[in-house]
Amino acid sequence: MKNRYFFIIIGLFFFFFIVLFEGLKNPNVYIPELQEEKNLSKFEAIDFYSNKKISSLEIFNDNKFYLINIWASWCLPCRQEHDYLIKLKEQNLIRLIGINYKDDSENARKFLNEMGNPYSKILKDSNGTVSIQLAAYGVPETFIIDKNKKIIKKIIGPIDKKIYNEILLIIK
Amino acid sequence: MKIIKFLIIIFLYFYSFSSFSNEKYSELETKIHKNLRCIICQGQSIYDSQSDFAESMKLVVKQKLDSGMSEQEIYFFFKNQYGEWISYDPAFNTKTYFLWGLPVLIFLLGGAIILRKLAVLKN
Repeated sequence: MKNRYFFIIIGLFFFFFIVLFEGLKNPNVYIPELQEEKNLSKFEAIDFYSNKKISSLEIFNDNKFYLINIWASWCLPCRQEHDYLIKLKEQNLIRLIGINYKDDSENARKFLNEMGNPYSKILKDSNGTVSIQLAAYGVPETFIIDKNKKIIKKIIGPIDKKIYNEILLIIK
Repeated sequence: MKIIKFLIIIFLYFYSFSSFSNEKYSELETKIHKNLRCIICQGQSIYDSQSDFAESMKLVVKQKLDSGMSEQEIYFFFKNQYGEWISYDPAFNTKTYFLWGLPVLIFLLGGAIILRKLAVLKN
């Protein structure tokens, strides 16, 4: 009888050891990826140039593809992806909306003067609340909005060549 | 002299509480902050966290409350945005039935073992 208990306990010990050991190998950082297409929620923000409050309904009112890019002048990966944003603008198939995240306006202007401005509209997000309305996670982050105003793709991190080609495939 | 010392200590005692109390947020806001997980400093609620992201989430909670949203609507908003993970109160579904069921199972199993032991002792 005692022997049986001994083996059961040892068996359970190894079972839990293996389960927990295997569990250690899984990444335990949660990343809020886009699970399904979502309607773009309505939000309000301050226009970067005019400093006037503007509603998302006024911005996303054309039957076009839109790209929302969250960026900041202090964000190094934003510099890496900027050339791809300029190239996307040159394609003239998608309208780019920038959200300037927790940034100093003067630094943001310098950034755009130096790197070029691919955005047809820039919104200020000085306290990070606009980005949360979009379910953003950090900077840089990019959302592709289709003609039905649905978020069809979310890119966490900078746009690279592969993602750039994926975006082109979607909008062409 | 002793009385003055005593009064100073009493004053400092209560003053320390008043300066540490969380007056920046209402009771309801604090409750909601405790139930929402911070995405950046994972494992902490936004109440515990002082990361930039958690501070922004707290501002959104305030904005939503000011716009007339209820507590449940705010949880729903965040779950809809970031997934079920953001809430410290996971819903009962196929992904979480093990989480909810396991304590009940262990309780029943433990109860059964105790009852069996008692029956053996009686005999």
